[in-house]
Amino acid sequence: MHRGRDGPLQSRVQHRRRGASAAVASGWNRYGAGRFAAFAGLGSLCLLLWILTPHFLTLANILNVMEQTSINAVVAIGMTYVIISGGIDLSVGSILALSGVVLAKILKASAFGANPAGALGWFPLSLALSATLAVGAAVGIANGVGIAFGRLPPFIMTLGMMSVARGAALLVTDGRPVSGFDPGFRSLATGSLLAVSAPIVMTIAFYLVAHLVLSRTRFGRYVYGIGGNEEATRLSGVAVRFHKTIVYGVSGLTSATAAVLLTARLNTAQPIAGINYELDAIAATVIGGTSLSGGEGSLGGTLVGALTMGVLRNGLNLLGVSSFLQQLVIGAVIIAAVLVDRGLKERRR
Amino acid sequence: MLRMSGIRKTFPGVVALDNVSFDLRAGEVHVLVGENGAGKSTLMKILSGACRRDAGDIEIGGRPATIASPRDAQALGVATIYQELSLVPQLTVAENILLGHEPSRAGWIDRARLAEHATHSLAEAGVRLNPARRVDSLGIAEQQMVEIAKALFRRARVIAMDEPTSALTAREIDHLFSVIRRLTARGAGVIYISHRLTELPGIGQRVTVLRDGRNAGTLNLSTVSIAELVRLMAARDVRDHFPRRRVTLSSLPAHPAPPAFPACPAPPASPLLQIEHLSGDSGVDDVCLTVHRGEIVGVAGLLGAGRTELARLIVGADVPSSGRVTVKGREVTPRSPRDAIRAGIGFLPEDRKRHGLVMPHSVSRNVALPNLARWSTAGWVSARAERTAAERWVTELRIKTPSVAERVARLSGGTQQRIVLARWLAAECELLVMDEPTRGVDVAARVDIYELMNQVTEAGVGILMISSDLPEVLGMSDRIYVMRGGRIALELDARAATDELVLQAALGLTS
Repeated sequence: MHRGRDGPLQSRVQHRRRGASAAVASGWNRYGAGRFAAFAGLGSLCLLLWILTPHFLTLANILNVMEQTSINAVVAIGMTYVIISGGIDLSVGSILALSGVVLAKILKASAFGANPAGALGWFPLSLALSATLAVGAAVGIANGVGIAFGRLPPFIMTLGMMSVARGAALLVTDGRPVSGFDPGFRSLATGSLLAVSAPIVMTIAFYLVAHLVLSRTRFGRYVYGIGGNEEATRLSGVAVRFHKTIVYGVSGLTSATAAVLLTARLNTAQPIAGINYELDAIAATVIGGTSLSGGEGSLGGTLVGALTMGVLRNGLNLLGVSSFLQQLVIGAVIIAAVLVDRGLKERRR
Repeated sequence: MLRMSGIRKTFPGVVALDNVSFDLRAGEVHVLVGENGAGKSTLMKILSGACRRDAGDIEIGGRPATIASPRDAQALGVATIYQELSLVPQLTVAENILLGHEPSRAGWIDRARLAEHATHSLAEAGVRLNPARRVDSLGIAEQQMVEIAKALFRRARVIAMDEPTSALTAREIDHLFSVIRRLTARGAGVIYISHRLTELPGIGQRVTVLRDGRNAGTLNLSTVSIAELVRLMAARDVRDHFPRRRVTLSSLPAHPAPPAFPACPAPPASPLLQIEHLSGDSGVDDVCLTVHRGEIVGVAGLLGAGRTELARLIVGADVPSSGRVTVKGREVTPRSPRDAIRAGIGFLPEDRKRHGLVMPHSVSRNVALPNLARWSTAGWVSARAERTAAERWVTELRIKTPSVAERVARLSGGTQQRIVLARWLAAECELLVMDEPTRGVDVAARVDIYELMNQVTEAGVGILMISSDLPEVLGMSDRIYVMRGGRIALELDARAATDELVLQAALGLTS
């Protein structure tokens, strides 16, 4: 099944060979096939675009794509957790908007505490950031309580919260955007580390941490267990309702994080930001091989999925495709990606 | 009118029916009895088209019949009324009666004719019901009447009824019997499956007993006695494939137990598990039982007797409404599975796929699920410790898997059962509640599981085993409780137990 570009994949296979050879076979089956398909897809897409347009494979463009994808990628982290646990979160876009405007309001208010040089002190900044993340997490936990304790279907609960959070964002700002922030804050988006822009570095760092938590901690195991078989997990003594609540809190948290990045980049917080972001996040997760029924999936796959969508959009732009047609193509790609993933899973079962 | 002969049906690993014959005369009520798993439902499913027979002939009205689907059966005039009733609750009586045969004009349902047909069928059944009422507003007895009217509408000549009286009051039963008599008076034949042996002479003419998938006798209900029926249902030839080594309490090891299994420090006199007056909303009513170290206590009873519900109360899956559960002298009365696990109680559920294992996950993940705290520090799981522990149990319990990373969905039933067992042994559980331990396990692997149960009890673990397989209960238990209607009907030592005693208690025939 080795076809297409599989540079990074090859090293992964070699790493696996260190274990028992049988473990390689089943481990490969478990993690490899889903992510392989996503990688192969991304690889072929890049190849295709490289052939079709000279502008795609330039450093500037690649970095541009990654930077633009970073927002969706961060939101998709939380979405991946939720989907693996067997749920769904439709409110991530609204939570992003709400957290963004909360952040903006706090920054504006605390600008009075700025020192004369105009740079915001780190203390007020970290306070503002903490408050923003707390708001996102709190809304997420509210989702979780409704779903885990109120036993509402996730679709319904987060759908309702989507409206509630959006309404709250509009109320807080009276419907108007809030702009013009302090350069110290803006450096979150404009700064760079070793010539790689800050958002890209941060996104990768978030993915690393989230991946470690999901794959190596008890909490992560419980997330997989709840998605794979909630009743069996409950009968094994796991506090299912508690962990489900936390999972939705994580989703709110990552939405708030994305809000910080977005607000820093645009220098504006809009109450109407984030509309339809949930669809992009779900698409990234699903293209990456996570099953909507829960219990399986990985963050690596989600990252690939997010990049795939980013590359696709970027490529279609470079090729001058109308944005209406772009929407159609992206939708078709999502459907195709899930079909392929399903087909692969059926074959190896 | 109906003749089934030489019927044979096998499912993977088990012969459900072996050369079974059954015939029904017009105007007759022919009762079919047999204990759980004797083959009654399979026979009915073959007749109703839900299953295909492997061999044998069916003749209806003197002509050979091929029944490949429920539609064929319906076309031949066979109607089946299941215990769970197959009505759509949100539709009306009339809509249910004519489901699939609605009169229509160019696709639009003709409401007038719908009501007319429904009323006619209801009258034929001798039932007074408003056909415009929704089925979910009716009581069970009335819903059953709707099913009968449905059968009549489809011009059924053979009507099979599975446990029709299990949810009815005495008056409703009388009414049902009068409706059945009306049906037979018109020439239809009724196949009546029931466990309530005392009612049978009141309604049936002949009775056929099935046992282990074979005919055990067809008799006249007016002449046969209940005791005779029970004897026919229960008599058994072979009981020697249960390698139970009975552990007497004094034979428990005084030296430390083998490292694989938990040691037993407490003196053998006090019980490991004591349940007093346990009741729950699920129907369990005032149950008292004990399990000692090294014992296998069997819980027998018919389906619906409340055994799984009792198990769920003990393991914390459901919350009891009253009563006490004591483990090793300490009161624990679990309110959640975590409480039970902490008290050392492990649960091997009846339905492994739905309640026991996380199917898409690996062996090591499944074994680890309740035990992650053991192998993690500050929330971080040591993958190596988890894998090592899983490998150790794979060796100890001889779990057949290519590796601990293999998905459990790909492994056999017997292997899956061992994985669930490994999970609880790794959690150092001293009491195991096993609900149908060998369900879905092929014959060869069953003996292995019994051996495992022996091994485990020899190390001092106590087992509460729920089983519908009478030979299994009799062969493997040290003591037996029989449940009926949510209560304990009988407690006896296995050495004094016989099939008939247990079956009688399960059927409610003992005083």
